[in-house]
Amino acid sequence: MTALLEMRSITKEFPGVKALDKVSLTVAEGEIHAICGENGAGKSTLMKVLSGVYPAGTYDGEIHYDGALAEFRGIRDSEDRGIIIIHQELALVPQLSIAENIFLGNETANGGVINWHEANRRTEELLRKVGLKESPTTLIDSLGVGKQQLVEIAKALSKDVRLLILDEPTAALQENDSQKLLDLMLELKSQGVTSIIISHKLGEVRYVSDTVTVIRDGMSVSTLDAKAGLSEDDIVRDMVGRDMSDRYPERERKAGDMLLEIEDWNAWHPEHAERQIIKNISMNVRAGEVVGIAGLMGSGRTELAMSVFGKSYGRNIDGTVKLHGTPVDVSNVPRAIEAGLAYVTEDRKHLGLVLDETIRFNTTLAKLDNVSRNGVLDSHAETQVAEKYREALRTRTPSVFQKVGNLSGGNQQKVVLAKWLNTAPEVLILDEPTRGIDVGAKYEIYAIINELSAEGKGVVMISSEMPELLGMCDRIYVMNEGAFVGELSAEEASQERIMSLIVNE
Amino acid sequence: MTNSQKGIKAHLAGHMRDYGLLFALIAIMAFFQIVTGGTLMRPVNITNLFLQNSYIIIMALGMLIVIVAGHIDLSVGSVMGFVGALAAVLIVEMDMPVSVTVPICLVVGGLIGAAQGYFVAFWRIPSFIVTLAGMLVFRGLSLWLLEGQSVGPFPREFQILSTGFVGDIFPAAWGTGLAQLFGARNFNVLSFALGLLGAAAVIQMGLKSRARNAQYGIADEPAGLFWGRIAIISAAIVFLMFKLSTFRGLPNVVVTMGVLIMVYAFITSRTVIGRRIYALGGNEKAAKLSGIKTERLTFLAFVNMGVLAALAGMIFAARLNTATPKAGFALELDVIAAVFIGGASMSGGSGKIIGAVVGAFIMGVMNNGMSIMGIGIDYQQVIKGLVLLAAVFFDVYNKNKQA
Ligand SMILES: Nc1ncnc2c1ncn2[C@@H]1O[C@H](COP(=O)(O)OP(=O)(O)OP(=O)(O)O)[C@@H](O)[C@H]1O
Ligand SMILES: [Mg+2]
Repeated sequence: MTALLEMRSITKEFPGVKALDKVSLTVAEGEIHAICGENGAGKSTLMKVLSGVYPAGTYDGEIHYDGALAEFRGIRDSEDRGIIIIHQELALVPQLSIAENIFLGNETANGGVINWHEANRRTEELLRKVGLKESPTTLIDSLGVGKQQLVEIAKALSKDVRLLILDEPTAALQENDSQKLLDLMLELKSQGVTSIIISHKLGEVRYVSDTVTVIRDGMSVSTLDAKAGLSEDDIVRDMVGRDMSDRYPERERKAGDMLLEIEDWNAWHPEHAERQIIKNISMNVRAGEVVGIAGLMGSGRTELAMSVFGKSYGRNIDGTVKLHGTPVDVSNVPRAIEAGLAYVTEDRKHLGLVLDETIRFNTTLAKLDNVSRNGVLDSHAETQVAEKYREALRTRTPSVFQKVGNLSGGNQQKVVLAKWLNTAPEVLILDEPTRGIDVGAKYEIYAIINELSAEGKGVVMISSEMPELLGMCDRIYVMNEGAFVGELSAEEASQERIMSLIVNE
Repeated sequence: MTNSQKGIKAHLAGHMRDYGLLFALIAIMAFFQIVTGGTLMRPVNITNLFLQNSYIIIMALGMLIVIVAGHIDLSVGSVMGFVGALAAVLIVEMDMPVSVTVPICLVVGGLIGAAQGYFVAFWRIPSFIVTLAGMLVFRGLSLWLLEGQSVGPFPREFQILSTGFVGDIFPAAWGTGLAQLFGARNFNVLSFALGLLGAAAVIQMGLKSRARNAQYGIADEPAGLFWGRIAIISAAIVFLMFKLSTFRGLPNVVVTMGVLIMVYAFITSRTVIGRRIYALGGNEKAAKLSGIKTERLTFLAFVNMGVLAALAGMIFAARLNTATPKAGFALELDVIAAVFIGGASMSGGSGKIIGAVVGAFIMGVMNNGMSIMGIGIDYQQVIKGLVLLAAVFFDVYNKNKQA
């Protein structure tokens, strides 16, 4: 096979950060090529160089594409050559329909007038290709993340794609949606499309890819042939530079006194008052326990957590929350924090971080009392707090004065976590805490969860990755359509039992 | 290029905004100094410059906070006019003492801000609309209060709010001595001493923050740039205060303004409430989920704006020595322009007090310089508009280049 793409000795520097250091990447025509590496290794940056987000001249090195030197001045340039990138953060406009999104900036216009009939017809064709049965006029808003991802791919297909780049496409998907997407990639491969996929889910990497390139600290360390059969451990070893035998750190499991009790919790949709989103939920967490909530996307897990955390979601909320056996007031966020709750959001960009501000700013934001006296901030104390968590979580950054917007996705997640650990909560609610996080960092986060539990704190873990729930939790509640449909102890729990509880409800 | 040159260039590129603003102010001052044949920097004109711009700067402080919080206040010009009218009615027509009127007016300003803030913060009506309504309402109310007439003059106690000068505390002999030395008619030793003190404070604070940055290992500005910047700022302070000293000394309003600038610079950069305002403007949802009472904070930003607009209104009326129905007309635009020239972002979450102040001075020097040159009001507007656009363009251009 000939090489479709050859990136030679690419170096890209940001102020204070060498994101890429002489990275080379060769992608053969017609293959699926995976890129693996820890958070902040430079994967997304490499793809942004390739697709012209960082135009020629802002990096060193050469890109050879389709047999010729390519110097893209912008995304338009690379798209014209059939290179389509789907970024880590989805870029669809939620208020527009599928068809409108697909043809955004690329309208099938005739003298400036859009031919919607034609656009819808073509959209329908594309949707069929990616296995979606939605009508082209459906609003993006009403689709789950999984389907939105497929729409992104349909959009890519509308542009005569030759090289499709997917940056963590399955991070926010659950298994069956991920599976669909991976199968679609294989399908496209059989039609001659070359793909590059970035993923932290190594199982998927093994399933779908022909070749794996591992990047570490901005340098390409190895290129592995996956067709010959590759184990996850092989990839992990190159990623982190050592062997990692256990994915879940050991913890002594002992449940103490009752810590958190939620009783008869109900909540309704904030706009459609007749829709009950949370239906009579009761749950508890004992000191030192890690309790999981399993469920499909849209089952109401996030809504449950947010409605408990200072009534941040929903209306007409009723029910009681008790800590150490006494009812507590959680009617707004400051009170919930005061009571000892913390909620690590799944949506770090919109709900978790002030992206234009520094790591230090974000780390101390939820507990400014600790770093101030009489309302005046002590910047030295702030820096110390931020440094403490940077070390504890091994956040990859030149300094705590870096803007969080400039961090890689996984490192941003660590900053959100730091913010909430800093409030010293009694009960920490984690919503998809390891989304987009590399294996090594996941292990570190699990270790922190274990530490909290050893200190007698309670942890509630919402996750779409079932192995993670099974590996970490003492108990798992199973949620479906706003209600709990089962509760399993660690011994009883298995992927099949959880799924059957959801399906048989 | 040598290494240190490279460092200077990289640092300049990273902080284009801050240096650009300072250079722009210097360049504009130099330009008008030349084309007005030296009139711009005459002591009497510098005194005037401060008097003319003090109320804009005072309102720019409040506006910066409103804009950082992610909102806008279009009503400040009208509110300022209304409060000036209220002061005139209370003092001139109802013979109320100044010591009672001033607090009443400040409270009324706060209430006006509260009323507008209430709708913005708790009902989530866009501030653009609420304050547009406020602008109309208070313009109408000033007309009604004054019955379409100008009301004045004010008693002396009120006028000194704006046109009074701080008396010298040093022996008179020192003043005459220094006046002779510099060939001036008189010399206010106090204001010159304050100028020296201010310059010393600038140097001291600069060194302190530089030392702190070094301690944390933050890439700091190269020594050459640091000293250049400090030297320019402290020299400018000494120079301006020297000029003021050779006229009538320090105007009261400059003292008020200076104190307010320091207080607000401190609040925005060093306090918990300041931090929260930036978080609110940077990402309201994240701020709320971090336990920040975003509604209350928005509300307070408007209350604060109202109080400052009231203060500005009184200073303005005191300066003109009369309240007119047209007072404050279109002033909100100068205030908002000053804040944006000073580098605040329209989407909230960023902007500095010192930037807004420099922005206001840039506008002020241009107004003043163009008036001395006798440029018609028509061209003045065009030029100011273009400068605003250029400043914001420069900002956006730099951001794009850095990304
Ligand atoms: N605009 C920027 N300014 C400064 N530094 C940046 C910028 N973009 C990325 N970086 C830095 O470059 C490095 C590589 O980032 P990149 O986003 O490529 O990582 P990644 O491998 O995609 O990680 P993740 O798995 O977490 O998504 C990181 O250290 C990041 O902080
Ligand atoms: Mg990435």
